[in-house]
Amino acid sequence: MTDVATLWSYLAATPLTWLTLTVVCYLCAAKLSEVLGHTPLANPVLWSVIGVAALLTLTGEDYPTYFEGAQFIHFLLGPATVSLAVPLYDNFESIRRLAAPLTVALLAGSVVAIGSTILLAQAFGLSDTLILSLSPKSTTAPVAIGVSEAAGGSPSITAVLVIVTGVIGAIIVTPMMNVLGVRDWRARGFAVGVAAHGIGTARAFQVHPTAGAYAGVGMALNALMTAFLVPLLVALLL
Amino acid sequence: MLSAIALLLTSQLVGELIARGLDWPVPGPVLGLALMLCILTLRPSILGTVRPTSSVILANLSLLFVPAGVGVLANFDILLRYWAAIAGVLVLSTMLSMMASVGTFLLVRNLMGRRPE
Repeated sequence: MTDVATLWSYLAATPLTWLTLTVVCYLCAAKLSEVLGHTPLANPVLWSVIGVAALLTLTGEDYPTYFEGAQFIHFLLGPATVSLAVPLYDNFESIRRLAAPLTVALLAGSVVAIGSTILLAQAFGLSDTLILSLSPKSTTAPVAIGVSEAAGGSPSITAVLVIVTGVIGAIIVTPMMNVLGVRDWRARGFAVGVAAHGIGTARAFQVHPTAGAYAGVGMALNALMTAFLVPLLVALLL
Repeated sequence: MLSAIALLLTSQLVGELIARGLDWPVPGPVLGLALMLCILTLRPSILGTVRPTSSVILANLSLLFVPAGVGVLANFDILLRYWAAIAGVLVLSTMLSMMASVGTFLLVRNLMGRRPE
């Protein structure tokens, strides 16, 4: 029989281990969120990241080793972005009727998300690299990473900040909209999709199907908008 | 399912090719999204092929962010040093952006006259 250390060195090196652990961690976090009635603080992305990061720290494995396994999941972000065409198409008629408010809300939400990030980060004394890495934080991960790289930021820092932004948006959207007294599910969903991309969209789908569909629309449109606005606003404000 | 995967991947691949070929700042998958939307508009029958797979992917969207999120470990030092400023920027900017979207959406909707849901 092979001893435990030898077995572990096999386990730690095979992509299968980290791929499996990511899926299992996520399932546990999703179950926890369900048991706790989808309370915003039990956000599945937040807790699976904490769970996996804790496991990696405990076992002394580094991120590149982990990513060799997890990249199979990460890769699906591309097809997932393309998949957003389906809810967009489903809601095409209603989006067309609301074209004016949605266009204005998209422009306002996107300009404020990027502009306020650049200005606030400057005011807080963050470095230019960090500011550039922060600027596309409201858009979906594959887009944000590409935009950050093109602007001169750090793609790996952007990836983390995008996730954190999504989790923040998913946590604050429901209490904030309730306090503001916004009852239009289309407006609530669209705003969280623009400001907090897929994680906000996943949250919106939990709360209301209409909010989820409009969040998907906001996220998809802001992916396009951010790609054009970041270079523009960086040139203007930085 | 395989035809759906082929359609999604082909759209993404063509999107990547356009973005790189024309040196556009737009990421490939986003152009792939636009392309898929055009395909669905031209051939609505494709919807039935794509939907089962796309709904599974979108229903588990949260999972796909975990590997990138774990990247927090690779950038722990810099994030730890500036965590308060970064958290401040992210929370404030996210709130401001949502207020701007919601405010302008409701304003324009009301200017146009209330429409049925």
